[in-house]
Amino acid sequence: MATMRFRQAIVAALADEMRLDSRIIFFGEDVAEAEGPFKTSEGILKEFGPERVRDTPISEMGFTGAAVGAAMMGLRPVIEIMFIEFLGVALDQIVTEAAKTRYLSQGSLSVPMTIRASVGSGLGFGCQHSQTLEHWFASTPGLKVLMPSNAQSAYSLLRAAIRDPDPVIVLEPRILYAERGDVDYGIIAEIGKAQMRATGDEITIVALGQMVNVAEEAIKNSGVSADLVDLQTIIPWDRETVLNSVKKTSRLIVVEEAPLSGGWGSEIVAYVTSQLFSALKSPPFRITAPDVPIPFNGGLESRYAPTASDVTRQILHALKNQDVPQPWWVVEGIAG
Amino acid sequence: MTTSLERRNSLYGNDLACYERMVEIREFEKITNALFAEGSIRGTTHLAVGQEALTLGISSTLKPNDVVAATYRSHAIGLALGLSPESVLAEIMGKATGCCGGVGGSMHLCDTTVGLLPTSAIIGAGIPVAAGAALAFQVQKTDQIALALFGDGATNIGAFHEGLNLAAIWKLPVIFICDNNVYGEYSRIEKTTPIEDLHIRAESYAMPHMSLDGMDIHAVRSGLTDAINRARTGGGPTLIEAKTYRFSGHSRADQALYRPEGELKEWQKKDPLLVTEKDLIKRNLITRNEIESMKENMVSELTAVAKKVANDPEPELSAMFSNIWTPSKVAI
Ligand SMILES: Cc1ncc(C[n+]2csc(CCOP(=O)(O)OP(=O)(O)O)c2C)c(N)n1
Ligand SMILES: [Mg+2]
Repeated sequence: MATMRFRQAIVAALADEMRLDSRIIFFGEDVAEAEGPFKTSEGILKEFGPERVRDTPISEMGFTGAAVGAAMMGLRPVIEIMFIEFLGVALDQIVTEAAKTRYLSQGSLSVPMTIRASVGSGLGFGCQHSQTLEHWFASTPGLKVLMPSNAQSAYSLLRAAIRDPDPVIVLEPRILYAERGDVDYGIIAEIGKAQMRATGDEITIVALGQMVNVAEEAIKNSGVSADLVDLQTIIPWDRETVLNSVKKTSRLIVVEEAPLSGGWGSEIVAYVTSQLFSALKSPPFRITAPDVPIPFNGGLESRYAPTASDVTRQILHALKNQDVPQPWWVVEGIAG
Repeated sequence: MTTSLERRNSLYGNDLACYERMVEIREFEKITNALFAEGSIRGTTHLAVGQEALTLGISSTLKPNDVVAATYRSHAIGLALGLSPESVLAEIMGKATGCCGGVGGSMHLCDTTVGLLPTSAIIGAGIPVAAGAALAFQVQKTDQIALALFGDGATNIGAFHEGLNLAAIWKLPVIFICDNNVYGEYSRIEKTTPIEDLHIRAESYAMPHMSLDGMDIHAVRSGLTDAINRARTGGGPTLIEAKTYRFSGHSRADQALYRPEGELKEWQKKDPLLVTEKDLIKRNLITRNEIESMKENMVSELTAVAKKVANDPEPELSAMFSNIWTPSKVAI
């Protein structure tokens, strides 16, 4: 057990796995000598040397594809994508190549690679460097998509991702890199398993990444007794934990950082509603960002992702009125 | 108020005005850096100190109705093309008065009155976009051209190769300028690229190409003029590699400690400001004293701009919901 920053937990997980498994290689832009633009590979080159730890050119399609091929041939590549948007130029290699390899080879090949990418809003990086974009991957069968919310899950999920026999995408909320937390090196997560961050019986709140902290604060502020489910894995998601929780509370809110349309929360709300329709005391709903690009201006950006105060308002509304509150942009008459 | 177009037009055939704009860029970047350091600018900045001659060579040679697709290293090209220091700094500070209304930030400048397309923060993205703009000019039979400005690192991404190949086979009126400042982020070019002379990459697209001294505005203009003549007369695209050097770090607070000792000093001898000053003094267009007072005036003007911009209004919340798309029912 040790206290460390989120980004150091990532380094620790990678190093621990690399010590155990010589098939693991690691590459990305400025990850070796410079130790990562976000310092997420401090000491890795030094310990594991230039054969296993490499800097790449600015060629995301090239090095992502190289990871796919190396994985097919028996290595366990871990790659870093500095900002998730840069995967835009490499999507084919992930969605159409890596995700289809086990299928097309009828199980004779697999792609045990891990893609780490920083995601999320809140730091003033503007509309091309602040998205979460999990939905780019969440509807591609063959991929697994994870998102940690604190130092422990950053550590435990990355270790699990590296050990997994399939392509796994780990989306790291950039805003959490500097956050400190305790890390138990003995915990390796189970992919597809959610974590309960709080327990209660009035309402179930499902969140992911930096929204877990937002939801936690909102639960505190509102004084409700809530189950807080940190989903951790978007695909495959933990239906059992979520269903059991909603069976107990009969109410569900999903808090997402991404835009309203097409978010992973829709899948959860739809599934839970279809399974537990008659047991629900009020309609499940989602609290999300609006359907807009992420604005640079600090005041505007601070309204982009759901805030603790807005989540509090919506929780209290739902409990009092048994119906679905309007998003803030409708309440404030700014947009429809 | 002077418009962007007026500021642009003031550059043509006026070497002194071009020099003054270079001084403006240099001092602007210093102020930006200081504001970032004190926490008045969010996110990131990418300075172009040392690359002033290249941007001015471009802006004083292209016409204002030609278009430019550039990158996150945007302040210098923006100012060079004519955007005012107010509108650029206001954008960097997220103010409603910024050229993108404060929703873009340092990496995203845009001003269609002088041909600046929204600058992209994705490496290589502007290269095929410039080819596409040139395709429109070709089909519309205008004499406009498009120019893509990008870094050395960008020549390793697919968009570079696909964009050049397409431009070559369609003979598009587009000019690709690779600003080879020796570094892509924290990596020196030889770590990521097997050749140092990037312009030869055009060979495999049978595209005319050249290398030029990006620290000298005359060299930039003369190389660019050839390429422009070719593009405007149906001769197709050109790849120009401008040899420059990034005097500052890559972005934000990067101190560039990874550079070999003495390298910066060597390049500073070719500082585009020094090169231009020497030339202007030799041609009796300016004196050393006039240069000094020009610099002093510039600093005080820009300091006043920074003070004003700090108090400019923030964008309204509605700005967040504007200009995203047009509802389909009003589309034709
Ligand atoms: C597709 C993509 N990959 C990575 C990055 C991160 N990045 C931003 S600037 C930069 C270096 C670019 O170097 P170069 O093309 O030489 O331009 P310079 O910054 O030197 O002007 C990198 C890797 C990005 N913006 N987009
Ligand atoms: Mg460069």
